[in-house]
Amino acid sequence: MRGVSIIGVGQTPVGEHWERSLRHLAYEAVAAAMKDAGIEGAHAMYVGNMLSGEISGQSHLGALIADFCGLRGIEAVKVEAACGSGAAAVRMGYLAVASGAHDLVICVGVEKMTDDVGSKLTAALAQAADADYEVAHGVTFVGLNALLMRRYMHEYRVRHEDFAGFAINAHANAVGNPNAMFRKAITLEDFKGADMIADPINLLDSSPMADGAAAVVLCPTEQAHAFRGKPVRIAGSALATDCLSIHDRHDPLWLQAAEDSARRAYAQADITPADVDLFELHDAFTIMSALSLEACGFAERGKGWQLAVDGEIRPSGRIPICTMGGLKARGHPVGATGVYQIVEAVLQLRGEAGACQIHNARVAMTQNIGGSGATIITHILEVQE
Amino acid sequence: MKPITPVGIVGYGAYVPRYRLPASEVARVWKGEGGDPPVREKAVAGLDEDTLTIALEATRNALRRAGVNPQEIGAVWVGSESHPYAVKPTGTIVAEAIGATPYTLAADLQFACKAGTEAIQAGIGLVASGMVRYALAVGADTAQGRPGDALEYTAAAGGAAYLIGPAKESLAVFEESLSYVTDTPDFWRRPYMHYPTHAQRFTGEPGYFHHVLSAAQALLEHTSRKAEDFRYLVLHQPNTKFPERAARRLGFRPEQWKTGLLSPEIGNTYAGAALLGLTAILDEAGPDELILVVSFGSGAGSDAFILRTTEQITARQKLAVTTREYIARRVVIDYALYARYRRKLLTE
Amino acid sequence: MGIPGSWRLRNQRLSLVGEVCHTCGNKIFPPRDVCPHCAREAQHAFQFSGRGEVYSFTTVFNPPAGFEEYAPYTVALVKLEEGPIVTAQLTDVEPERVAIGQPVEMVTRKLRDDGHAEVISYGYKFRPRITTD
Repeated sequence: MRGVSIIGVGQTPVGEHWERSLRHLAYEAVAAAMKDAGIEGAHAMYVGNMLSGEISGQSHLGALIADFCGLRGIEAVKVEAACGSGAAAVRMGYLAVASGAHDLVICVGVEKMTDDVGSKLTAALAQAADADYEVAHGVTFVGLNALLMRRYMHEYRVRHEDFAGFAINAHANAVGNPNAMFRKAITLEDFKGADMIADPINLLDSSPMADGAAAVVLCPTEQAHAFRGKPVRIAGSALATDCLSIHDRHDPLWLQAAEDSARRAYAQADITPADVDLFELHDAFTIMSALSLEACGFAERGKGWQLAVDGEIRPSGRIPICTMGGLKARGHPVGATGVYQIVEAVLQLRGEAGACQIHNARVAMTQNIGGSGATIITHILEVQE
Repeated sequence: MKPITPVGIVGYGAYVPRYRLPASEVARVWKGEGGDPPVREKAVAGLDEDTLTIALEATRNALRRAGVNPQEIGAVWVGSESHPYAVKPTGTIVAEAIGATPYTLAADLQFACKAGTEAIQAGIGLVASGMVRYALAVGADTAQGRPGDALEYTAAAGGAAYLIGPAKESLAVFEESLSYVTDTPDFWRRPYMHYPTHAQRFTGEPGYFHHVLSAAQALLEHTSRKAEDFRYLVLHQPNTKFPERAARRLGFRPEQWKTGLLSPEIGNTYAGAALLGLTAILDEAGPDELILVVSFGSGAGSDAFILRTTEQITARQKLAVTTREYIARRVVIDYALYARYRRKLLTE
Repeated sequence: MGIPGSWRLRNQRLSLVGEVCHTCGNKIFPPRDVCPHCAREAQHAFQFSGRGEVYSFTTVFNPPAGFEEYAPYTVALVKLEEGPIVTAQLTDVEPERVAIGQPVEMVTRKLRDDGHAEVISYGYKFRPRITTD
């Protein structure tokens, strides 16, 4: 297997893009990434997306987006793994380059959520869960996370406000990210007073639905310096799966696929959690941040929330997370999110994260979660000397 | 009518939804305060309940008491005027849910408030003939009264189920029965109508009283029984006054009918009404007691039954939730919530 | 869900019929082709008692399409006394009186009903236990 590096990144601002369609958003991100890499063509494209069929009535995104980006004829296919679609597309691109099948690959995550609103969008998002045994009973995606959070609070005797640090950190970091959806700091009082969505999850536990697209360009590590930008090496890449439904898991409060994919990525990169300078985790809900930190070895079981209380997740802390706002404040365009995380990690390692810059960042980790934990993709990125 | 082989009730079960609409709420919205409402309050089905869910829970209670293999049930009949579908049987859903499918009869009966007792009569015949070992007869309704109409005080939800089987397995045996019908248009609902129409005072003497009293008197005469022979009486109960007046005219005393008179507390559960009165009686009856049951369905007709309890009743009473336990599980709602639960609000 | 899909699941939905693994003896719900405990194939049908306790719960205020009429409603993970956990709604309950560990029992209720033209979907829900053993 060949080493794989990222030589270009691009993104659109995250938000409600009423005037731009799915294909326009994807093009904007791809064009920016290609410009960043200084390339005019590619051999393959992997499109991460979850909801296009349901919300925009559009499937078959591989051919559509490749053609719309002026790349008619290349290998192109959509990759779907619910909210994990973005990183899954990068994983497929990684495998294509590592295997030697392709030299120049574009991975783009795109989601257009505002083409529908209300209960139909809620129903579409719930497709990430088990249709027959979860969704048929009226449970929503937020509801599933609420079931986890309630049990977590019960089993570990944690108060709701102990999760506030995750949301406060994300919002504080987003202020410095020009592409973030909510560039506005929040306080503990804001968090405690937010509207309830599915108790105990309130509005500020939750990431906002949004439109957006992000893209990366991959090539073999040994060719990376031939391109314009500062390359970043993919030191670890792993995807693991678990039961789709929470009720089927041996331990509902343990993200087994997070542990499995992180462990494989650590082994491939030959690092331990202590080596990670920043972690772009999947904070779709505050509970997911705690569970992810525990499963990846940054906290003991039942203690993930403590890192938020102690401030260890802030930019100056032991393990900075959501350094450019995370899902919570950058926004969560579901199938694009995994690529945003990787784009942000690349900017940090290049030293181009602006006001969000983590001092002397050398190793970054990203983790993208599909559903309530059934598909989890972990990447470890390093500065390529 | 007396079957050629003795037949009885092997298991019985009740179900009453937990919501209650006080009559004072209907009066407050439509009449102003005061007046003399026909019942104190009525049972209202929740948003996720209908005749099927009511019939099914009553049936499961009947099976708990009967303890038989559902595969031996050869008929599943559900009597109701509020079947969830106009076309598509409720009976098949009940049969499937209890594991009685596929080798069984299943159908829905409609005869206003006596559809459930009609199912019992049919069940007696089928079991007595030896064609099936057990037959399930259910009466259940989620009756709707037109907003503001007199029926809105009483039209209620509830149901009861009876597993009919051989007398030797029974907790009560049918000694004799009789059915009495005429063409009397006292109450009806055309297929496309949501609410029924009734003929006001015509529903009283020519409807309820004529049929209930004729059936009861004919059965008593035929069997040479007198009111005082019975420990319990239960009549169809569209309100509180009608069954009390009819019972008096038959020569019964309040202590004979009070156990089975549930309408003041849960309203008129239509096909479930007389049958829920009977489950309340079976919940407390001792062995070797005589019970007279007379239903009434508009259109019109009555089924009358004489039942004698057996030694087996005592052990089975506690095997499932009792009628009184369901009635005690009471959550009062106001007219606004009632309007929502019964889909009386336009939402599109 | 479409008619064939619901129809296929009718025994599970209406009465909580699952499976028992004839290799390791574990009770399985929902039914699968492969035992999640020992990964062996072919199971036997098993009728669950319907009794269990609340493992976790939440109230859904923003329902997905098709459930709007019922909101707000309570959804729970219910740990069945035979072992498996199921996701289902709680019914006949005030959300503020639900607690983890609360004993519940299965009832069959309407899951969805457009109140008009479509087939009604019935299935298992759980309510605070009123049945005595």
